[in-house]
Amino acid sequence: MAVVEELFRFLVLMLSFFGTLALAGIGLAIIFGIMGIINFAHGEFIMIGAYSTSMAYQFGLPLIAAIGVGGLATGVFGLVVERLLIRHMYDRLIDTLVATWGLSLILTQVVRIQFGGSFAGVPVPFGTFQYGGFSASMYKIVLGFAAIALFALAYVILMYTDYGLQARAAMQNKDMARSLGVQTDRVYMLTFFFGSVLSGVAGGLFAPLTVLTPSMGSDYIVKAFVTVIVGGANVIVGTSGAALSLGFIQTPASQIFGTLGGRVALLVTTILIIRILPEGISGVVTRD
Amino acid sequence: MTEDVTDESTGRIARVRDLLEGQNTLGNSTKFWYGFLVVVGVVFVYPLFTNPYILKVNTNYFIWILLALSLAVVWGYTGIFNFGQTAFFGVGGYTFGIVGITLIDVTGGTNVAIVAAVVVAAIASALLGYFMFYGEISGLYVAILTLAVALTGNLILTRTTNTTIGAAELGGNNGITGIPSLTLGAGPMSFKLGITVQYYLVAALLVATYLGLRILLNSYYGYVLLAIREDEDRTRMFGYDVRNLKLISFSLTASLAGFAGALYAAWGNFIDPSIMGLTLASLPIIWVTVGGRDTLIGPIVAAYALQSMSTKLSTVGSGYTNIFLGAVFVLVVLFFPDGLIPAIVNWWEDRKQGAAESDSRRSAEVDA
Repeated sequence: MAVVEELFRFLVLMLSFFGTLALAGIGLAIIFGIMGIINFAHGEFIMIGAYSTSMAYQFGLPLIAAIGVGGLATGVFGLVVERLLIRHMYDRLIDTLVATWGLSLILTQVVRIQFGGSFAGVPVPFGTFQYGGFSASMYKIVLGFAAIALFALAYVILMYTDYGLQARAAMQNKDMARSLGVQTDRVYMLTFFFGSVLSGVAGGLFAPLTVLTPSMGSDYIVKAFVTVIVGGANVIVGTSGAALSLGFIQTPASQIFGTLGGRVALLVTTILIIRILPEGISGVVTRD
Repeated sequence: MTEDVTDESTGRIARVRDLLEGQNTLGNSTKFWYGFLVVVGVVFVYPLFTNPYILKVNTNYFIWILLALSLAVVWGYTGIFNFGQTAFFGVGGYTFGIVGITLIDVTGGTNVAIVAAVVVAAIASALLGYFMFYGEISGLYVAILTLAVALTGNLILTRTTNTTIGAAELGGNNGITGIPSLTLGAGPMSFKLGITVQYYLVAALLVATYLGLRILLNSYYGYVLLAIREDEDRTRMFGYDVRNLKLISFSLTASLAGFAGALYAAWGNFIDPSIMGLTLASLPIIWVTVGGRDTLIGPIVAAYALQSMSTKLSTVGSGYTNIFLGAVFVLVVLFFPDGLIPAIVNWWEDRKQGAAESDSRRSAEVDA
């Protein structure tokens, strides 16, 4: 009985770690995978998602609708950033990174001046559940399934829509796609919007579990970074595989060494993995 | 007789200039060196005309400049996107604090602590660099991994409440206090440096570092580093061990950052986890980007100018500093991707050339 209980505890914990890593990384991974750029303000996009979700929730919307609002608001914001900033730097990868870092500084500080050091939170829905001597917040399990649902959504969009087809074409060979009539600029704009929506939804989903502060983004950005490094450029398989394997490592590490130990284990694992798989899990999947 | 002497001395100057000059660094004209001497002169005469507070603040700026130079070499000249240089700055500072507090009674001075700071930063960076460069991961991964290292370091340090290493209390978010100031001399002969002497020492170290890096970058090794930045594969084809050279450059500059971190800890007698946080990690990136990352003089000017502006701004209204820095950052990347100093230099040279051209055109017209 005790073994089953331990196993169950392990699985629940792992599901929640998987969910957190996958949600933190998915928006960044979509933008990185298709456009090849790293959005350094990604953590702040998550923060914007969480803040606008909380605002919509205080306004009286049910949580699920509020999260939708959060995603949309972040998406629109992402669109503005793309038009004003990113599109001028499509061919200057490292400049995009540096410019979005500057943006992240501005966003954190503007939110701090506007809303102060912390913002009204959202209560954790669904309560807890009990299994033998083990109880956990139901919401953490929901988080894991939400991550799976978002991957499924991203998969459907990339595989079965016109946008998805064009995005995959632009990803494989930008110049060829252009010469075949794909408007890559439009694809990139939509991709940035799509990635921002996903980051915003992730922020909304995180909102009940965390204290909303202007600098909350830096909590998630390391998780997003390690997930993307381990996952590589393949958006769906790479990122979900990375979240799964890192979650698998983080679970025992955090049980033995505490939360901090789990976070350090993520980083150490990533550093060890790059020596063997420089292109991450994507390198294994797409090897021919 | 007198002619011989001047020949010999100009010959010596020419030889030194030959070491210092080359196409890899800005400022190769005689005018530049006169300007350089004037600036150094001003820096060294300045303490006579100002108060200790200003000196103390300027010492801090000089330490930031050392950090900026270390990033300029690894990022601008070698093309390694080390966005977590503050991790090694912090490692240096913390090591200096721990070793300094623990051993100050035994060794009498801080020499051992300085050496320890540099060594620990070198080892830490070599370990990380080994996995990155021998794994041959792409440049963007290096950028986000190094930053992840700094941020995780920050997280670890914030959780060190009630942790002691040696005689030093790490103190979690509050950091280490009571770190000894710099000392000169060895063993029982050591003496603590006052504010003015510390200023002179750091200024001299800065001048030496600048000249040393110029020699390095204009040497054969410097050219190989630039070759790696320009085309890694081709450099490898020429028979250079790119992985090893990148590791050396990464580790060497991280050690310089660690050294600067030790100076910083000694300067303020204090260090805390925010040194590895996101905001501080962005500062060297901003200085180097704004100044011009493939120059040394650019990051120096930008670090000094931006830090003194930040200090002024923070007295006006706290909180606006980051917005100002972020805005400068974004605008420079958008409009002057090579940095402001190279842009100014190019504009000046174009203007001079334009003037020369129109002069020659005019004289040609006269001839006709």
